[in-house]
Amino acid sequence: MTLIKEIDYGTPESLSVKSVTLTIDGKSVTVPEGTSIMRAAMEVGTEIPKLCATDSIKAFGSCRLCVIEVEGRNGTPASCTTPVAPGISVKTQTPRLAAIRRGVMELYISDHPLDCLTCAANGDCELQDMAGAVGLRDVRYGYDGANHVFARNNGEVNFDWKPKDESNPYFTFDSSKCIVCNRCVRACEEVQGTFALTISGRGFESRVSAGMDEAFMESECVSCGACVQACPTATLIEKSVVAVGQPEHSEVTTCAYCGVGCTFKAEMRGEEVVRMIPWKDGKANHGHSCVKGRFAYGYAHHGDRILDPMIRESIDQPWRVVSWDEAVGFAADRLKAAQEKYGKNAVGVITSSRCTNEESYLVQKLARQGFLNNNTDTCARVCHSPTGYGLAQAFGTSAGTQDFDSVDDADVILVIGANPTDAHPVFGSRMKKRLREGAKLIVIDPRRIDLVRSPHVEADYHLPLKPGTNVAMVTALAHVIVKENLVNLDFVKARCDWDEYQDWAAFVADDRYSPEALESVLGVPAADIRGAARLYATGGNGAIYYGLGVTEHSQGSTTVMGIANLAMATGNLGRRGVGVNPLRGQNNVQGSCDMGSFPHELPGYRHISNDAARQAFEKDWGVSLDPEPGLRIPNMFDAAIEGTFKGLYVQGEDILQSDPDTRHVSRALANMEIVIVQDLFLVETANYAHVFLPGATFLEKDGTFTNAERRIQRVTKVMSPKNGYADWEVTQLLANKLGLNWNYANASEIMDEIARLTPSFAGVSFKHLAEAGSLQWPVNDDSPEGMPIMHINGFARGKGKFVITEYVPTEEKVGPRFPLLLTTGRILSQYNVGAQTRRTENSQWHPEDILEIHPHDAEDRGVREGDWVKVASRAGETTLRAKITDRVAPGVVYTTFHHPNTQANVVTTDNSDWATNCPEYKVTAVQISTTNGPTDWQHQYRELTEQSRRIASTIDAAE
Amino acid sequence: MSHDSVDKLVRMANQIGTFFVAQKHPEGVASMTDHLKKFWDPRMRNAIVAHVDHGGAGLDPIAIEAVKRLKHPAGAAASELRPGEGGSDG
Ligand code: SF4
Ligand code: SF4
Ligand code: SF4
Ligand code: FES
Repeated sequence: MTLIKEIDYGTPESLSVKSVTLTIDGKSVTVPEGTSIMRAAMEVGTEIPKLCATDSIKAFGSCRLCVIEVEGRNGTPASCTTPVAPGISVKTQTPRLAAIRRGVMELYISDHPLDCLTCAANGDCELQDMAGAVGLRDVRYGYDGANHVFARNNGEVNFDWKPKDESNPYFTFDSSKCIVCNRCVRACEEVQGTFALTISGRGFESRVSAGMDEAFMESECVSCGACVQACPTATLIEKSVVAVGQPEHSEVTTCAYCGVGCTFKAEMRGEEVVRMIPWKDGKANHGHSCVKGRFAYGYAHHGDRILDPMIRESIDQPWRVVSWDEAVGFAADRLKAAQEKYGKNAVGVITSSRCTNEESYLVQKLARQGFLNNNTDTCARVCHSPTGYGLAQAFGTSAGTQDFDSVDDADVILVIGANPTDAHPVFGSRMKKRLREGAKLIVIDPRRIDLVRSPHVEADYHLPLKPGTNVAMVTALAHVIVKENLVNLDFVKARCDWDEYQDWAAFVADDRYSPEALESVLGVPAADIRGAARLYATGGNGAIYYGLGVTEHSQGSTTVMGIANLAMATGNLGRRGVGVNPLRGQNNVQGSCDMGSFPHELPGYRHISNDAARQAFEKDWGVSLDPEPGLRIPNMFDAAIEGTFKGLYVQGEDILQSDPDTRHVSRALANMEIVIVQDLFLVETANYAHVFLPGATFLEKDGTFTNAERRIQRVTKVMSPKNGYADWEVTQLLANKLGLNWNYANASEIMDEIARLTPSFAGVSFKHLAEAGSLQWPVNDDSPEGMPIMHINGFARGKGKFVITEYVPTEEKVGPRFPLLLTTGRILSQYNVGAQTRRTENSQWHPEDILEIHPHDAEDRGVREGDWVKVASRAGETTLRAKITDRVAPGVVYTTFHHPNTQANVVTTDNSDWATNCPEYKVTAVQISTTNGPTDWQHQYRELTEQSRRIASTIDAAE
Repeated sequence: MSHDSVDKLVRMANQIGTFFVAQKHPEGVASMTDHLKKFWDPRMRNAIVAHVDHGGAGLDPIAIEAVKRLKHPAGAAASELRPGEGGSDG
């Protein structure tokens, strides 16, 4: 194993199709037009010295180290800013060039501390490398003149010197080592799009600073780390490198946080992670990442992590640490007993969107082959199940239609109920880049998300609709498109069912769906709706991106179909730059759905009643499968409360915290006779568990994740599992106690079985993934290397289906008792229920959940900034602190759900999507009032948690 | 099934009915029956069938029609259940 070193070509790739041939040091080179001479040289292995250039950002031309000579031209141009030209002959090394470079280096070094041996970047410093490359032997200027290096010069205070900025928990900024190459500033602008850094002053006085000379933590910085990665010196450096030293080997793996699926080089020293560096060849992230993936992996070592299996007879007892054998034996016995006593359908499983494909596959297999029922579901139920249903109806497959790169060709971007800069940050940065290049933006969201107005990005339309009115909105947009004759009839005639189209067009054309008629329902001016519809229909390539703000509603599936209608009516499908793109939340939501986690579907989305599909599995697994759909998560809870569902195996999900109506869920869990929780920590659900099986982190196991663009990518084990087993191995232990006789030696064998039984995965194997880097399913005979863009020549179902989307107001209505609408979301630094991110320094950005409330509503209730407020709904009540802001409209309040003490889901109700039972998180009628502190429920809950987290000391256990 | 859970099934069935009643192609009732067969597990289907047998209080007309078809040969699944799997209206 070695350290993977990627080639830095110095300047970005040119996408031109025209090529140019030139000569560099006597070698002939052919490159695309627009390529820099620096990059062309690197293509043939000639590394021209450079400091201010790196290939993730545009050339700047400030250091003058990269000078070259061109035959027949005067002077010594910078190779990073000089494009190639046909027939020119370039020299990269002559006595004149060498002298210039040494002079440049001498100047740099005369204002740089010479503590290389003890510097954290020693061995990974481009300044050091360049001093070596140019043959610097001597610095004539001495070190005692004006400098930025020493706090004192000859005893006098040096005002040019600045102390280290250690405010960011993950990296330091030591201005004394800065060579003002501007790479960090450009990375923050061009790659991340945050514009947090500036260069202040001029010439010798110029300095890098965060914001207006602020500390990093006080500035706009979002801690993505792009600047740290771009910095050629130790000025910006990871604290982990300072603490541990330089890494010696690395492995490519995939982030376990969100659905963007960034790939990283995990840079290691032995089994210790030194740092995570986003992988340049990663097709989802192209060398960029966010604060979670790059920095928030410390939870793997957190003291709260449970490493030994534990059991208890009943949930009022303390936990007892036992052997793996005893734990899985106890679990298996109880599961069998529950089935004997209450029938075979009395138990079930929940697979995880955080675990690997292989792990989800095995957990659903355990239910189908072991329990002989289809009681398997996944937490994707509570986020994107309406996408699955809706897109399958419209197009014939539930998959998102594009790859992320497609956004580079979008002319109009329509974002509905998604907050990419917080929830899908790396894709958010890509989107902002395209917007800065001039693409138009429409945002449909009750809240003014960052994208609506941020540096150099401004939405053309923000339609701040009332929560719960999405269907009315998409139908009103369709009304305008149809009535104003903006439909792409050629596309519709060629690709869609014409009769269904006509019914649909007549339906949306009805006056009750005009923007004017719906103005008061939506709370959005009709003119804006008309403007947005025209822009989407006529502005060139229109791409729709949507998220949980669409799906988590009682009409979630209907909205998804309404979105598909808009894309079909305008012909925005089947090529780059367009499409319908669900932004999936967790890292493996897509994968857990693909793997047959749903109770009605086998892997690869084949209904359980499909005889051919079922028989293939029956033959392979040697059992006969139940052809009837099993219970979905909410149905499991209902059945548990009723007393017919008694046992649950939950892998890597905290259903008690993440599912709506916490009281209902806890009642259901308390009614069960065997709850098995497999996780890293004693999560909230474990309060009701009888068996705790310790899980492994993504750093400790092999497998694959599938991101929001259907891209299957490898997860690589870089350290031995602290708990002893990868999660798939734990499932295998349990399965074998249930008599299933599984024999997987590694994750790759599981993938082989998946490929054997799932047509859309037929060509997937670890070997193929190693060769290709990543694959976007379907991977089969028709598309052996996968399919970046779907529906190019026709829809998966044949003709596209227009569906009538009648708007039905949610039952969750405001009234005198609950006059405000609560909607929920997430923020950048925390992840979902926060079990991992709360156990890292990321909590410095978000120590608690906050309630956003509009100034009018706050004033009516006497609420001031920072007050404790009580949020009450018909389901329950909780307290949190208030933040007064006009980001939310009057009548709307907003919070996140990252912290268990807040228990935002105590107030959410059991309303759900009509087709999929995906809960309606995004709309709850509430009342807000001031209060002194936490509610009784919060107190009781904390007590219960403390009670149920007790672990008997080993001596007790031995008795 | 307890009253609580029958109420919930009635609510869910009506929600589904509201969607399908608006569709023209194919006919709404058949689509709704198909939806219930595809996504509701047998004991939920049995419970709603039993509820319709007892008059179907609270259910919209399309939902009643769709549930009735669950029982007819074309949608026989609900009556093919193995014994002892719920389905009482208790
Ligand atoms: S960490 Fe990211 S956001 Fe912060 S200054 Fe660096 S590039 Fe900008
Ligand atoms: S902090 Fe690093 S990247 Fe930024 S200007 Fe200084 S040396 Fe260059
Ligand atoms: S959390 Fe998402 S955006 Fe951030 S690094 Fe991980 S995959 Fe990338
Ligand atoms: S690398 Fe070309 S001027 Fe700095």
